[in-house]
Amino acid sequence: MKLWSWVVGFGRFWYRFIVGDDWTVAAAVAVGLLATAYLNARGVPAWWLIPIVVAVVVGVSLRRASPAETRRA
Amino acid sequence: MTGLGFVLVTTFLASTVEAIEMVTIVVGVGASRGWRATLTGVGAGFAVLAVVVAVFGLALSAIPIGPLRLIIGALLLVFGLQWFLKGVTRVAARGLAGMQAGHEAEQLEWTGPGFDWTAFVLAFKGIVLEGLEVAFIAVSFGVAANQLGAAALGGVGAVVVVGAIGVAVHPLVTRIPRSLLQLVVGTLLTTFGTFWALEGLGVVWPGSDAAILGLLVFYVATALIYISFERRHALGFAPGRLA
Repeated sequence: MKLWSWVVGFGRFWYRFIVGDDWTVAAAVAVGLLATAYLNARGVPAWWLIPIVVAVVVGVSLRRASPAETRRA
Repeated sequence: MTGLGFVLVTTFLASTVEAIEMVTIVVGVGASRGWRATLTGVGAGFAVLAVVVAVFGLALSAIPIGPLRLIIGALLLVFGLQWFLKGVTRVAARGLAGMQAGHEAEQLEWTGPGFDWTAFVLAFKGIVLEGLEVAFIAVSFGVAANQLGAAALGGVGAVVVVGAIGVAVHPLVTRIPRSLLQLVVGTLLTTFGTFWALEGLGVVWPGSDAAILGLLVFYVATALIYISFERRHALGFAPGRLA
């Protein structure tokens, strides 16, 4: 039982660390990294992709946050 | 300059770049989350490094650093983005007038029950990855020039000197308002995370390590643009009320 609660706590920690409040941010980064790896493997310079993904996903995540949350933060 | 002096200075300078990244993460995380867990992560990171260096020795360069950079970089990137978002939201919501240190709602430091594993993991990963890079530099330069002792001294010296500077400046960092500190640390973690994750994928950065500065400028500009948008949005698109 103690082992199980430790496993649950461990999983919860990493979920909060990686996913946090908005799962779309982590998902966008994962897709961006996969796309970068794909382009890089084909010899296309792809260093610009993740910074653009970051800039866009931050904007989308901020838009998704409610105004009330924005004022409370 | 003698061969020994050349290896010492070259290794010191090359390792200084890695040491700056290492110390920046530790000081940022410690100042924002608290020092107990951060320094425990630092200690654990150096302990793992010592074991790795002792076990592998000169075969250190055989360790595949690419996957390590990718995993640690991706983790720092997704976590850094969470703080980046919160930092933008908080600075936009309160503006400069609401950013006094010690504001009750701006508490970042860990106050929950138990140990702050987030600060531990962030510091641990920064130390292990950057420490390994310093060790790689020392082994590469030392073996190539047959001056391993001088190269090791240069690498360790860089970490000690930059670490001492970090200790000296940390009181200034802790005086930065909480919201701004969260945004600054989030921006730095996002910058380093982006750089390392893409290096781990084998992407060649234009300008090599100098690309970190370019990324930093880009993310700072992104933060400023979104802060401006959020403030306009929160104030009902009435820029005149920002004054």
